[in-house]
Amino acid sequence: MELAISIIVGFMILGAIYAIHAKDILSAVITGGIVGYSLVICFLLLKAPDLAIVQIVVETITLILMVAVVLDSSRTEAYSKLDTQGWVTAGTAVLILLILFWFMKTASAPLDHFGQGSLRMADAYINGAVEKTGSTNLVTGVVFDFRGYDTLGEATVLVTAVLGVLTILRIKGKK
Amino acid sequence: MKGMTIIVKKTTQLIAGIIFLYGIYIIIHGHLTPGGGFAGGVILAGSFILLILANGSDFLNLVREESGSTLYENLSILVFLLLALTGLLAGAHVFFANWLPHGTPGTLVSAGFLPLYNIFVGIEVAASILTIFLALIIFKEEVLR
Repeated sequence: MELAISIIVGFMILGAIYAIHAKDILSAVITGGIVGYSLVICFLLLKAPDLAIVQIVVETITLILMVAVVLDSSRTEAYSKLDTQGWVTAGTAVLILLILFWFMKTASAPLDHFGQGSLRMADAYINGAVEKTGSTNLVTGVVFDFRGYDTLGEATVLVTAVLGVLTILRIKGKK
Repeated sequence: MKGMTIIVKKTTQLIAGIIFLYGIYIIIHGHLTPGGGFAGGVILAGSFILLILANGSDFLNLVREESGSTLYENLSILVFLLLALTGLLAGAHVFFANWLPHGTPGTLVSAGFLPLYNIFVGIEVAASILTIFLALIIFKEEVLR
């Protein structure tokens, strides 16, 4: 299974690289969909059907929205060659990326191998969640009962995003 | 935005209802099978988006739909918050307390508040995504007209 996930992740990286270098923005947006749909297969292989359902539907809708946005604006990218300031910016970005990667590697060294073992909190969720919440789908039990505050936050973020979109996109005032 | 050919229109009219029913199924079985409010809500929004893309926005009067979806979105998040607030009044007196009887796990009406939360989050997500899609379509046409 690790081999399959490695192949899919390599495919995702190829898609992302092509999306960066594509001349046409519409093809870049559609190639970006490779990343999302490959992630769906990864979620299914890692036995997370809840996430896979959400990811495949959200990816489709996002693709439609992005295509709608691209068709309304220009399809060619404003491309310029790197000058001195551009090289300095790129170098700083790579340096910060390396530092962050080193910190992440140091921080994740004492953790268990991915997919093996579980944290103390997760044990409390897994054992006896059905008796505590009455829900046979453990994910819904965690999302709406144990972590209800998080879900309220997510829903509020969505409402705020819609309010922002309506405020920015409304060209003509409402009477 | 113009509509598509009559073949696409008829096909979408046939399958949009089935997609809508599938979204409702995902939402109300959220506490039993994989899925839930977020996934089902996006599927519901997808059925509407399919109809709008196929039939074209000039065929439908979408301004009324936009105000309706904004209203539903805000009302459902308000109801979600009020349901969570009832936990302060009854049961263990904590926010998000699941004080309704849990019933037998595995049946459709069980798990106390979780199906209600799923339903209202589903309505909220569906209305939000539909509102964003409608905003991208109609606000430009308002200016062009």
